[in-house]
Amino acid sequence: MSLIKEIDYGTPAPKSEAQVPLKQVTLTIDGYAVTVPEGTSIMRAAMDTGIQVPKLCATDSLESFGSCRVCLVEIEGRNGTPASCTTPVAPGIVVHTQTERLKSIRRGVLELYISDHPLDCLTCAANGDCELQDMAGAVGLRDVRYGYQGENHLNQAKDESNPYFTYDPSKCIVCSRCVRACEEVQGTFALTIEGRGFGSAVSAGMGEAFLDSECVSCGACVQACPTATLMEKSVIEIGQPEHSVVTTCAYCGVGCSFKAEMRGNELVRMVPYKDGGANEGHSCVKGRFAWGYATHKERILKPMIREKISDPWREVSWDEAIGRVASEFRRIQTTYGQSSIGGITSSRCTNEEAYLVQKLVRAVFGNNNVDTCARVCHSPTGFGLSKTFGTSAGTQDFKSIDQTDVIMVIGANPTDAHPVFASRMKKRLRKGARLIVVDPRRTDLVKSPHIKADHHLPLLPGTNVSVINALAHVIVTEGLVDENFVRERCDWETFQDWAQFVAQPENSPEASEAVSGVPAETIRAAARLFATGGNGAIYYGLGVTEHSQGTTMVMGMANLAMATGNIGRRGVGVNPLRGQNNVQGSCDMGSFPHELSGYRHISDATTRALFETAWGVSLDKEPGLRIPNMFDAAMDGSFRGLYVQGEDIVQSDPDTHHVTSGLSAMECVVVQDLFLNETSNYAHVFLPGATFLEKDGTFTNAERRINLVRKVMPPKQGKGDWEITLDIAKAMGVPMHYDHPSEIMDEIARLTPTFHGVSFKRIDEMGSIQWPCNEKAPEGTPIMHVGGFVRGKGAFMITEYVPTDEKVGPRFPLLLTTGRILSQYNVGAQTRRTGNVVWHPEDILEIHPHDAEQRGIREGDWVRIQSRAGATALHARLTDRVAPGVVYTTFHHPDTQANVITTDYSDWATNCPEYKVTAVQISPSNGPTEWQNEYREHSDQSRRIIPLSVQAAE
Amino acid sequence: MSPDKLVYMANQIGKFFAHQPEEKAVDAVADHIRKFWDPRMRKAILAHVDAGGAGLDPRTLKAVEAVRASVA
Repeated sequence: MSLIKEIDYGTPAPKSEAQVPLKQVTLTIDGYAVTVPEGTSIMRAAMDTGIQVPKLCATDSLESFGSCRVCLVEIEGRNGTPASCTTPVAPGIVVHTQTERLKSIRRGVLELYISDHPLDCLTCAANGDCELQDMAGAVGLRDVRYGYQGENHLNQAKDESNPYFTYDPSKCIVCSRCVRACEEVQGTFALTIEGRGFGSAVSAGMGEAFLDSECVSCGACVQACPTATLMEKSVIEIGQPEHSVVTTCAYCGVGCSFKAEMRGNELVRMVPYKDGGANEGHSCVKGRFAWGYATHKERILKPMIREKISDPWREVSWDEAIGRVASEFRRIQTTYGQSSIGGITSSRCTNEEAYLVQKLVRAVFGNNNVDTCARVCHSPTGFGLSKTFGTSAGTQDFKSIDQTDVIMVIGANPTDAHPVFASRMKKRLRKGARLIVVDPRRTDLVKSPHIKADHHLPLLPGTNVSVINALAHVIVTEGLVDENFVRERCDWETFQDWAQFVAQPENSPEASEAVSGVPAETIRAAARLFATGGNGAIYYGLGVTEHSQGTTMVMGMANLAMATGNIGRRGVGVNPLRGQNNVQGSCDMGSFPHELSGYRHISDATTRALFETAWGVSLDKEPGLRIPNMFDAAMDGSFRGLYVQGEDIVQSDPDTHHVTSGLSAMECVVVQDLFLNETSNYAHVFLPGATFLEKDGTFTNAERRINLVRKVMPPKQGKGDWEITLDIAKAMGVPMHYDHPSEIMDEIARLTPTFHGVSFKRIDEMGSIQWPCNEKAPEGTPIMHVGGFVRGKGAFMITEYVPTDEKVGPRFPLLLTTGRILSQYNVGAQTRRTGNVVWHPEDILEIHPHDAEQRGIREGDWVRIQSRAGATALHARLTDRVAPGVVYTTFHHPDTQANVITTDYSDWATNCPEYKVTAVQISPSNGPTEWQNEYREHSDQSRRIIPLSVQAAE
Repeated sequence: MSPDKLVYMANQIGKFFAHQPEEKAVDAVADHIRKFWDPRMRKAILAHVDAGGAGLDPRTLKAVEAVRASVA
């Protein structure tokens, strides 16, 4: 193992706008003939042939800038010494990168840089990873003649406000790489060069500290910095890494590839990997910096058991803990029947681990009571897209957006929840793509530096279907349907029924305005733009799915894409942005109670036979319980035992009282997690899990991309999560045998047609694979439905708007909608145990100033939020980001437990909860509610642990 | 399992298919319940039907009846 150093070509490869191959140009560099695409810089062409031109302000993640005057070259027949980064190649030119004249200029330039740079290389954190140091060496600088007596920048104060990196202006060479990275790569425009000439300095915002500025801490500037000016605190603390391993981030569904840079078994830093298919060298604050939870002191490293949920935990051996799980589960089954236990697979764990948990439930428990976190997020996506297109996944790869002309974002907030994809999206928008945002809140995409939505449809929560039907109404009644596409690719009969349906007056924008509050003219304008603006792509999130009509809305979007011919090529499509890192994968792996891997229904005898033969058991042909049904069944006594891997249902699932009542009614709840999470407050066995750094496996991101997760350190508690599941199976008398997770994937590939061509070896060779990958598509499938839908002809579905029964009234006059924030992830179990808390230490209620004034609420006040399900209290923020009548909060903190408010209403088809619409009342409060205090007490009690050492002494 | 909740869920499915002719709608609702409801949920709603089926929309009631054969 060694440190992976990607080649820096200095400038990006030229891109063809028209998608036709670029003309090739041949030139001579230092006597070598070099052939490169037209538009390539001389610097890049040189690097292509292995000649490194000295450089400081250039790096290939950024457009060339030409400020450092180090990369100069000579071209025969031309005057002067042009910068090789900003000079494109030309046919036949003869370039020299090393001449006496160039050497002398470069040495002079470096001498000037060094004359105002501290010479503390030996104790500098960048020692060994400093481009200034490298270049001083490269040009042979031996002497600085100017002395340090004059005015200089050597004693400037450091800015250490950011939790993860420092800014040391004394080491800055003002190359602008950080400023350009913030603009070009991240798209936040938080940094600038302040002042002129000698006074020029990098500045976050208007001379603010980094932490107080608009900086989103994505790390792009730190990565771009050639010196120790912007430096990871972890490197300052630990030192330079000595080897690295490419792996996949365990945060959101973007699935970024990172180099885990290590010193021995200690992680020094995570650096985004340039060849990562999803992120191509970019990152966000979570993946780049928020990994400290892996070694947090609250991490549990020993298995624990307890008799009652009011008892303290008792540390035990792995054998005792696993033995308890097996004996309890078997006892419950003997007493209450085979279907009285079940399991929940994790969308945070690997594909192999999710597959094993569902296998444990089906083959060892002998029932189909298995479900996964996707139940409460994207289950409507699976159902809706499979009915219309024939497959349960998004249609595009992320890169596809580079060819999109009109982007429609519905119920998603990518700058917070999928930041690396949002940066790509913003890059495209800055190049001129048009934008429609359908969201109750004015998200950052609606208006932020250099981004402005053409149309924002600020609909009332719960009225998605009305709006999508109204958009379709305009397209159909104004003759904007792509009839050729529909006739050729779709089921014409279902189209006609649908067209007739959406054309009805009750689906007009004018009718929708009365329901959704979106002006009819805005709907009309958005529909016209989407249908006529070129390649149209829909990106959506949980603002679509987490409704009583989540599935209907997914179908509505699929209808719209088909009617406008926006499916089956680059730049178009219907694309769910997935919440957790492996939501797509856990669904693919057969985590739903009704289907086996590859979305095949359990009632299908042929599929079942395939698995029965492979597993040597007979399978139940009936679908099992979905997560919300499990709690109902627990209350009526028919469901008594649950194995939860890597999921905190108490905090993340709706109607907390319902969840905790269900769990309290169970006799054996087994939680496998990194920390004592909220669910473990109701558990009897705790099995400590491994982090993504401690095991091998794969994650599948929102673009169906299967990425390798590589073990970079041994598991701190001794086992990978997959090994724990195997132990349970063995203890329950049905052993399964795998020596390595790759063997689990081999089994998945054998049994799943869309995965036939997938193996760890193949993923390693290709970098990543987008399923389907099989005989028909050996290289995988970046774009789905090219030339034909998976189901044959695309089917239009009638999507009647049925208002939710969760309605505002005199008691609950406001609508609560919930969401996420950049610095926190899901239930916050990981991010709350990192420096990220500095940005979001608590959940906050956003309320419109008008609604606040009516209730006598001021900025920062404690407020009580009450729904028919429950009440909690938190601090208020007054903002017009939300419309009057709508309030918003996040669910990252267990002290608030936003889900004590949300109700048990759910999607008609999938039971996906209606998190996004809850009728509430807000009133001033003087602190936490009684329930919050009681919950806190129970939670504190549940975190008492009697260590093994104490037990031995007793 | 609380019959109220199951009745509500079944009616919700019925509403999605409400635009279809009765026979097709009944089949579609029954198919959905068969494919996605655990047997104990089907048993519970059938018991509710046997007790009069209060609250079930007429077509949904027919669909639930059609599910009976799937429950042993």
